Amino acid sequence: MFVTDHSKKPQILQALEDADTSITIDDPLENTMILNMGPQHPATHGVLRVLLKLDGERVVNCVPELGYLHRGYEKIAENATYHEFIPHTDRLDYLSPLSNNVGYVMAVEKLIGVEVPRRAQFIRVMICEMARIASHLVAIGSMAMDVGALTVLLWTFREREKLMDIYDVLCGARFTTSYTRIGGLMQDWTDTCTQMLRKFLDEFDQDMQEVQDLLFTNRIFIDRCEGVGYLSREDCLSMGMTGPILRASGVPRDLRRDNPYLVYDELDFDVITATESDALARFYVRFSEAKESARILRQALDKMPHGPIHAQEAKKVLPRKERIYTKMEELIHDFMLINLGIDPPVGEVYQGIESSKGEFGIYIVSDGTGHPWRMKIRSPSMVNLSALPAMCRGAMVSDIVAIIGSIDPVMGEADK
Amino acid sequence: MNTLIIEKLKNRFPDSIESTHEFRGDLTVQVKKSDVVKVAEFLKNDSELAFDLPVDALGVDMYRPENRFEVVYILYSTANKKYLRLKVLVDEDDLGTPTLSTVWAGAAWNEREVFDMFGIKFSGHPDLRRMYMPEDYQYYPLRKDFPLMGIPDSIPLPRK
Repeated sequence: MFVTDHSKKPQILQALEDADTSITIDDPLENTMILNMGPQHPATHGVLRVLLKLDGERVVNCVPELGYLHRGYEKIAENATYHEFIPHTDRLDYLSPLSNNVGYVMAVEKLIGVEVPRRAQFIRVMICEMARIASHLVAIGSMAMDVGALTVLLWTFREREKLMDIYDVLCGARFTTSYTRIGGLMQDWTDTCTQMLRKFLDEFDQDMQEVQDLLFTNRIFIDRCEGVGYLSREDCLSMGMTGPILRASGVPRDLRRDNPYLVYDELDFDVITATESDALARFYVRFSEAKESARILRQALDKMPHGPIHAQEAKKVLPRKERIYTKMEELIHDFMLINLGIDPPVGEVYQGIESSKGEFGIYIVSDGTGHPWRMKIRSPSMVNLSALPAMCRGAMVSDIVAIIGSIDPVMGEADK
Repeated sequence: MNTLIIEKLKNRFPDSIESTHEFRGDLTVQVKKSDVVKVAEFLKNDSELAFDLPVDALGVDMYRPENRFEVVYILYSTANKKYLRLKVLVDEDDLGTPTLSTVWAGAAWNEREVFDMFGIKFSGHPDLRRMYMPEDYQYYPLRKDFPLMGIPDSIPLPRK
């Protein structure tokens, strides 16, 4: 039975306090003050809770508290077959579910040694980039909103909506896509999707230009973001930052180019970096990256070959539904794959991909059965949030919303 | 590159490296618990290897009589564009293991998560609190003897 000890001070308060400070709540202007921000604060992008220790309006220390959206996905994964876990990956980084789908199945494919056909690889690149654009659009819009510019959010959400419409045609869902399958995809890319994507790309540059006109010379926006949330290059590396935060500090690390997966090595794109390492630099990096993604999408659309989208591995890849109903072999394979799962080798693999927030990785320990023995999700949001105290120290209270916006955490992923 | 890493580590730490193995091109190096900080510092500061980015740290419950837990550090070298996994075995009777957050600050939160989920105590850790579960929770959920449905009454809920 659970008993709460009320005489003990909560550990999170203890972590915030230094040993030599005493806190009096009676006279907050004379002393440091504790402010509890979140988990329901609109600027915390979900259910992030941050405890702040303030000296006037300056942040002396800050302790983020995670776990309000913890659903125990790693435990669920141990009790599900590899196929059954795919829908759960949508709910990790729910702003770019497609790239989670891809990252997860790539890890499983690495474990079982399956390579997907070229057409499927091109489609996977395209959905990853669409997810990156959609996620960066939200990041740009919500960061601008956090510092007071609401219009940009409305515009970027309008653009994102067009991408969601493409998801809808592609896989029948706008948000929880579950589009990839181990060794292939749920269904093929269609001409309708090509038309919709081309239309989106034709309008995209103009729409980004509108955002640029509104923000890049906006005095209020720049003053709120410039020099805020600084984290040096060395700190970024040693704290394990990845994605736009690391690239905004001058480290040109992008897994798409450094450890190329899928067909990224055949596509021409730039890795965007900045050196200022503040909130504004991260904003610029995301903005330019979204445009680079559009470039990748145009190339991929032109280069995408025709052909199958499923690997020819009957004992590992789920058969097509129409064949299950008419062919005995496929029926047997479907039965075995659904009930017992794939038959992977014993071993452990790690596969990371460059998701919109940073490096999204899956580490699988397999014991040779249809369920993973252990599956670890490396979520970029959680690791990136660990730098929040370092970025916040010495900042003003109002800077914190800009800093959180520049980290762009998604709590579904950070809390797993 | 993998052979170079193994060679360098074995020359420098002949007694600390327990084993190395490669699967699908991923190299894993198993290190003696007492020497893991030394090895980690070498991996980070050696100019040729330069594993400067801590990608992840995680625990695994192997559910075996000896050395039940594994702590795995996934490292990355931005200069060589190369991953490496560092593995430490932890026995159930002695759940302490040295922290690597002194070498890479980013390992601190991942180690907190390992503590939260497996109860492995990282000695020298600056802030070893639970990561996700309530702080006075008594169990370690990712251990294999913890049931999937949870333990009734183990999480306090508001009373009417």
